[in-house]
Amino acid sequence: MSGLRILVPVKRVIDYAVKPRVNRAQTAIETANVKHSMNPFDELSIEEAVRLRERKVPVEEIVAFTAGPAKAQDILRTAMAMGADRGIHVQIDESNNKDSSPAALEPLGVAKLLKKVVEEQKSNLVILGKQAIDDDAGQTGQMLAGLMGWAQATQASKVEIEGDTVTVTKEVDGGVEKVRAKLPMVITTDLRLNEPRYASLPNIMKAKKKPLEKRSLADFGDVDVAPRLRTVRVTEPPPRKGGVKVEDVDGMIAKLKELGAL
Amino acid sequence: MASTNPALRLEVKRIYKELLYMGRDYPQGYDYFRNRLHKAFFNQRHLTDEEAIKKGIERAEFVKKEIEALYFLKRYRTLKHRYAPS
Repeated sequence: MSGLRILVPVKRVIDYAVKPRVNRAQTAIETANVKHSMNPFDELSIEEAVRLRERKVPVEEIVAFTAGPAKAQDILRTAMAMGADRGIHVQIDESNNKDSSPAALEPLGVAKLLKKVVEEQKSNLVILGKQAIDDDAGQTGQMLAGLMGWAQATQASKVEIEGDTVTVTKEVDGGVEKVRAKLPMVITTDLRLNEPRYASLPNIMKAKKKPLEKRSLADFGDVDVAPRLRTVRVTEPPPRKGGVKVEDVDGMIAKLKELGAL
Repeated sequence: MASTNPALRLEVKRIYKELLYMGRDYPQGYDYFRNRLHKAFFNQRHLTDEEAIKKGIERAEFVKKEIEALYFLKRYRTLKHRYAPS
């Protein structure tokens, strides 16, 4: 095998530090004028791809991919600043369903689109975040592996590549699980895989010189990305109930008895 | 001021800009960060000795690493808390 051709799909999501607000109609989260950034799990996948190269694993190319509004390009720039070689942006116009923009593409649609991209780019390794922090579906990687008929290793906490054999360590209940597969394959990243580097200003500047391809859905032929799910209602979690203060030990015991804890 | 080494002056401006850029993600907000950063640099404006300026740049580089670590840890902890309730 001549080298790894890694595809890293990334998603633009509301920044993890922002408290999401539900819109009035309770159909979606407010996304207008909210800080966005790259899905943190996708940062892990970019970082892992770059680290594979730094570990002298023969990496031919790292391609970052995103589908989303025009601003998703910033996320691709970040990905390239972290070390991806080039970016592909499929512009999805979300203006036609403004109040439910995050749901514009569903995991199955993304997986179908990614399949086309993988075939076109001749990728042999796809590293995805295990889930996006906005809809937490955690499906895209698995669906892509299914559509491609490739091996998959989900929630990786360690990735080792030797020749065309990939060994992935996963954290499971009460221990670790090691899976081994041959390329091509799909890997999804877990939080403890690595420590993503910061996309510094000089690197962002350098990334502006890296090629960024703009595409549209139509370029990929008949990809069926029509939504199959309908968002019924979005609500905020119930507010936390305040605690009670007790006067003394007797009061506490009485309270505990009352709550049935004793 | 004019007597200072122009290369050093450029270095100082570079690290200042880099830090300023990082401030956009600062938890207490960009304005808080910018004011503090500006003050920190402004208080060192009397430095003319090249060695002292180099020391200052070194310190700024150190602060940059600290902020990077802060961002990483903050995000890691938040996500861990959210997705892996212990």
